[in-house]
Amino acid sequence: MLKIENLHARVEGKEILKGLSLTVNPGEVHAIMGPNGAGKSTLGNVLCGRPGYEVTAGSVMLDDVNLLELEPEARAAAGVFLALQYPVEIPGVNNTYFLRTALNAQRKARGEKELDSMAFLKLVREKLKVMQISDELLHRAVNEGFSGGEKKRNETFQMALLEPRLAILDETDSGLDIDALKQVSAGVNALRSPERSFLVITHYQRLLDYIEPDFVHVLADGKIVESGDKTLALKLEEHGYAWVSERAPQAAGARA
Amino acid sequence: MSSETTASTNTALRDNAEVAEALGRHYSAGFVTEIEMTGLPPGLDEETIRQLSAIKREPEWMTEWRLKAYRHWLGMPQPDWAKLKMDAIDYQAISYYAAPKKKPKSLDEVDPALLETYEKLGVPLHERAALAGVAVDAVFDSVSVGTTFRKQLAEAGVIFCSMSEAIREHPELVQQYLGSVVPPGDNFFAALNSAVFSDGSFVFIPKGVRCPMELSTYFRINAQNTGQFERTLIIAEEGAHVSYLEGCTAPKRDENQLHAAVVELVALERAQIKYSTVQNWYPGDENGVGGIYNLVTKRGDCRGDDSKISWTQVETGSAITWKYPSVVLRGDRSVGEFHSVALTHHFQQADTGTKMIHIGKDTKSKIVSKGISAGKSNNSYRGLVKVEKGASGARNYTSCDSLLIGKQCGAHTFPYMEVKNPTAIVEHEATTSKISDDQMFYCRSRGIREEDAVSMIVDGFCKQVFRELPMEFAVEAKKLLEVSLEGAVG
Repeated sequence: MLKIENLHARVEGKEILKGLSLTVNPGEVHAIMGPNGAGKSTLGNVLCGRPGYEVTAGSVMLDDVNLLELEPEARAAAGVFLALQYPVEIPGVNNTYFLRTALNAQRKARGEKELDSMAFLKLVREKLKVMQISDELLHRAVNEGFSGGEKKRNETFQMALLEPRLAILDETDSGLDIDALKQVSAGVNALRSPERSFLVITHYQRLLDYIEPDFVHVLADGKIVESGDKTLALKLEEHGYAWVSERAPQAAGARA
Repeated sequence: MSSETTASTNTALRDNAEVAEALGRHYSAGFVTEIEMTGLPPGLDEETIRQLSAIKREPEWMTEWRLKAYRHWLGMPQPDWAKLKMDAIDYQAISYYAAPKKKPKSLDEVDPALLETYEKLGVPLHERAALAGVAVDAVFDSVSVGTTFRKQLAEAGVIFCSMSEAIREHPELVQQYLGSVVPPGDNFFAALNSAVFSDGSFVFIPKGVRCPMELSTYFRINAQNTGQFERTLIIAEEGAHVSYLEGCTAPKRDENQLHAAVVELVALERAQIKYSTVQNWYPGDENGVGGIYNLVTKRGDCRGDDSKISWTQVETGSAITWKYPSVVLRGDRSVGEFHSVALTHHFQQADTGTKMIHIGKDTKSKIVSKGISAGKSNNSYRGLVKVEKGASGARNYTSCDSLLIGKQCGAHTFPYMEVKNPTAIVEHEATTSKISDDQMFYCRSRGIREEDAVSMIVDGFCKQVFRELPMEFAVEAKKLLEVSLEGAVG
């Protein structure tokens, strides 16, 4: 479904991704781990077309759509969703209104009928039930004054409502205590389906105790240097990222 | 070689698209009404004022009042303290009176061209088609062309008519209150207005009456080289309540046109006046050519104890806006409020804010100002909170937020405070923010287009003020902001 080939990307003139390749099939959950500065968040931002992230080589295909040619909003309509590490506050804009605007913009872009407020509210109620979230967050302004946990839960709720085909979670565990982490993970797990794929970007193994990945990749210096099943994450936890960097030249050499 | 050509063509196309977008900035009120007009030739002297007064069949005392103001004005220099770049105004090049030739006796006789004009502006004057529950006074250039629902209002004892008519029909009220809040010599533009004001609305709500409907005046500038000098006076007697709204538009023209109005509000004991403005004068084009100079003095006097005056304004139009709707809190426990959204784009300039003068005991004032700057515009908040010696227990809360869109615009805040009573509490909060790249990306990553994201963020920023507007007008104001921001991103 998602096919990334030899992706190179620069931020402020500095090359961060240096030939990253990755294939994700429908329904799979891939964890992307790696030390600070390896390019994990850059990958998420590049996939969503964030301005300032310049792709210099390579390709990213979502089925037969070349994502790199699309504006961020068109990528969203094509089914890409990024749960941000630091969700942004939009003062005075009602959360429900924001969500309805987003959903209808995507539906319109796809040539589907926009939902009226009744139909939308019905959908919101359904999703709230699945996600086990109180509707209190919906009456407030987007992320304004939300706690770290509330922000991440709100991201998950947006994901539930927008029903992406590819969901990218960028350090969703950062800043969460254990209870919040469990709640958010439960929400994500409820959204797993045979059609939906996940890229779970994380620094720590603990998130993967709750969101169990099918594959784990280690990203170092702009490339995937090691791939495996979930046991790879445990090895990393045990040996630290230094273990990977020691093996990295070898891995890179083996690939070339 | 060929790839280079393609690249430059693409750039040219993109530039053209931007120009086209900017040119297409949608000022839907920019049309001109073809109608036979009569008026005074350009120029200003005592004779002009006598003629003006004569055309309006004014009593002698009114003519004298004007002349006195004019003589005072002659001795006054034009002020220049505002943060505004303004071409010198040639007061001899302006015509001080322009009116449709046919004088209607009632609404049924109003020229169809005029009715159509107001229809187009979304203010139907036929009572059948009129906005439910809103009475309208329509001012076209220098005269009022009609006032709706007069009969229903009269039954409640409310007087709602043009200022010209009030001078003839209710001279005792006009003499008692005109200039009692903004004296003729108050400032340069108020003095000019006092000398040459042509029309405006007059509202009188007698003791204990709650006005049964919203009152509104729609000001339209149509004629070329004409200044509009309207004068509005609203009086709410003891315990009376009224909500009043004004709207303003003008055709697109390359010359600047002058609008110098004076609005006076008087609230007696326990009276409440809510005054809302949606100002959409022609702002000039994207290069700063043309547009209205909106130089206005608005002041309310909480003359009685426990009275309340609140100003709500949404300002999106005019090349230059220079005004400070103010409240004099004379009565004990009186309350003054100011809620403002001022948006500037392209080369527009606004220097606006309020003055709250606390004189009575336990008086309260609240100021909420939201300035939005886009393009190359400049937007200043200037406000004064003054607490006099006797105003023990006075309270003020000011919150003043600026939002910048783009990198070439400016936002400035000039808060002044004079506190002469030690028991007063004055609070001031100010923020300046930009629509951040993070906010834009967040919206876009959820599927929302850039322009829609900007309107949504701006709407959120203004929410506190929009809440104060009557329902239909809040919707109107929101749309107006969207239209005014077209082309602000990208």
